[in-house]
Amino acid sequence: MDQQEVKALKALAVRIRLATVEAIHSIGSGHLGGALSIGDVLAVLYGREMNIRVDDPTWPERDKLVVSKGHAGPGVYGTLAVKGYFPYEELKTLNKNGTRLPSHCDRNKTPGIDVTTGSLGQGTSQACGLALGDRLKGRKDRVFLIVGDGEMDEGQCWEAFSFAAAHKLSNLVVLIDWNKKQLDGMCDDILPMGSFKEKMEAFGFDTVQINGNDVEAIAAALERTRQGGDKPYAIVLDTVKGAGIEEVANTVMNHSMPVNDEKYEKWTGELKKELAELEG
Amino acid sequence: MKIVYNGEMDERQGKAVLGETIPAILESDPDAIYLDADLMSCIGTLKYGQQHKDRAIDCGIAEANMAGVAAGLAMAGFKPIIHSFGIFASRRCFDQIFLSGGYAKNDITVLGSDPGVTAAMNGGTHMPFEDVALYRVIPGSTVLEPSDPTCLISLLKQCVNHPGIKYLRVGRKSMARIYADGSELPIGKATVLRDGTDAVIFAAGIMVHEALQAAASLEKQGISAAVVDCYSIKPLDAEIVIAMAKKTGAAVVAENANRHGGLYSAVLEVLAENCPVPAANVSVEDEFGEVGTQGYLQQRFGLTAEHIEAQVKAVIARK
Ligand SMILES: Cc1ncc(C[n+]2csc(CCOP(=O)(O)OP(=O)(O)O)c2C)c(N)n1
Ligand SMILES: [Mg+2]
Repeated sequence: MDQQEVKALKALAVRIRLATVEAIHSIGSGHLGGALSIGDVLAVLYGREMNIRVDDPTWPERDKLVVSKGHAGPGVYGTLAVKGYFPYEELKTLNKNGTRLPSHCDRNKTPGIDVTTGSLGQGTSQACGLALGDRLKGRKDRVFLIVGDGEMDEGQCWEAFSFAAAHKLSNLVVLIDWNKKQLDGMCDDILPMGSFKEKMEAFGFDTVQINGNDVEAIAAALERTRQGGDKPYAIVLDTVKGAGIEEVANTVMNHSMPVNDEKYEKWTGELKKELAELEG
Repeated sequence: MKIVYNGEMDERQGKAVLGETIPAILESDPDAIYLDADLMSCIGTLKYGQQHKDRAIDCGIAEANMAGVAAGLAMAGFKPIIHSFGIFASRRCFDQIFLSGGYAKNDITVLGSDPGVTAAMNGGTHMPFEDVALYRVIPGSTVLEPSDPTCLISLLKQCVNHPGIKYLRVGRKSMARIYADGSELPIGKATVLRDGTDAVIFAAGIMVHEALQAAASLEKQGISAAVVDCYSIKPLDAEIVIAMAKKTGAAVVAENANRHGGLYSAVLEVLAENCPVPAANVSVEDEFGEVGTQGYLQQRFGLTAEHIEAQVKAVIARK
């Protein structure tokens, strides 16, 4: 990947974070930490890896994204707005009465959202069904699944992973957002999971672990998953909850956070500066 | 028990009440034990939990496992109280509650927070309209929905020593103030909050306040509507239901839930067998939830005092 493309992906990640803050600020508070930690992977998926048609969001052959940690909806909506799936201004309707942008991802409401999630764990099995179904239908697309590290507490995730390996779903890429935190605090203080890399390998996945807030590393890891084979893929994204906005990243309890006018000005100011440097 | 309703909100939020009452129960009963599924912060118990890891156990985001563990703890001699949002505390662990809990006679108290439209900003995926129906069909279960903080405290304390599966549907936000502090509201009873002669409104949870507002407005129009707080949805106080239906000859049921299987169904079962009278409901009409403010959602799903008023007039017309 040339440096220009890296810069473009970094800029896209900043734009996604700007849009995420825009959406959450409009309603005053929301799941900021977990939306920001996946900003970089969303940038690489939508800016490079996924085969999609913005003007035809339900094209059957498209690559699909399952955001099983559905509370990161605002981050995904930010991405979709930047890509042009719906008007950018619509981000300000997040959670508002009658909106198409509910707090958790909903395939029947938002153009570009492939799967309904919000009850943690459930996206994993749906992703397996999609990957298997698309393969049985002879489609060449791939299914990307973003799972939270806290979400991995759910037994359903591990049932789904066993299924994926049993059915050799090499068109499935599981992206684990290892941001070390869940709702009540640090994952290791609540239900330590040990090494996700070793666990996924033991479950039969072709697994790598990378810096999940580094677009270059993400792009390289995703490129590797294009080769098919007889194993599903897993990428453990070593991330920071709240990544991209220093003050959020440094806040201990940053699962759900208020974004008042003052914070909005400060954080969007920082992000715009970063964007200008990248695109300058 | 003393009624002090004057239309105002109680200054204690449900979250704060839970955050005080759960630790108080644990401190007073060494056999009580509390389990949560990564939502301690949401009901004000996180601090206590971090300081008392053997009494308040954060199971992580694994509700089915939590319910099964609770059953095991019950076998070992404990009185488990488990919590998650109402959707997860019902649907996500229903089989474990039903079999490892109910069927195997392992008593568990289940707290399901954010009932119905009070889930507001969390949206349709997080909005339980079906939890009451699910818990009602577990044999021997108790299903409770407090109408105010005092009622919540009284019911929660009783649950711990009450046999079977107990489901307490509890709001985290403000509720009206209905009962004087320290009032006891026994499981299996209902409270006649307001007497009347033309119709009776049976209500639970946030709909009790709406029903009282409706009755006050109806009075100005010359219609006398009684209001009964059915905080004990199962067992339902059949005696009061029958007496008030006989007295008024018309019944409206107001619930923050799907029309199928909840309080409306429970009241109709009693009425049909004992004293059929014209009846109507104020419920969610077989729909899924959606995101928005609680006020908007109450309008959207027809759960306001105005909707109750209209239904009262409609049942009276059918007498
Ligand atoms: C089945 C289920 N249980 C509980 C919740 C409530 N909840 C929403 S987000 C969250 C924490 C998620 O942690 P993690 O998966 O690590 O997400 P992230 O850190 O990326 O935000 C919890 C407990 C839920 N949405 N679904
Ligand atoms: Mg996490």
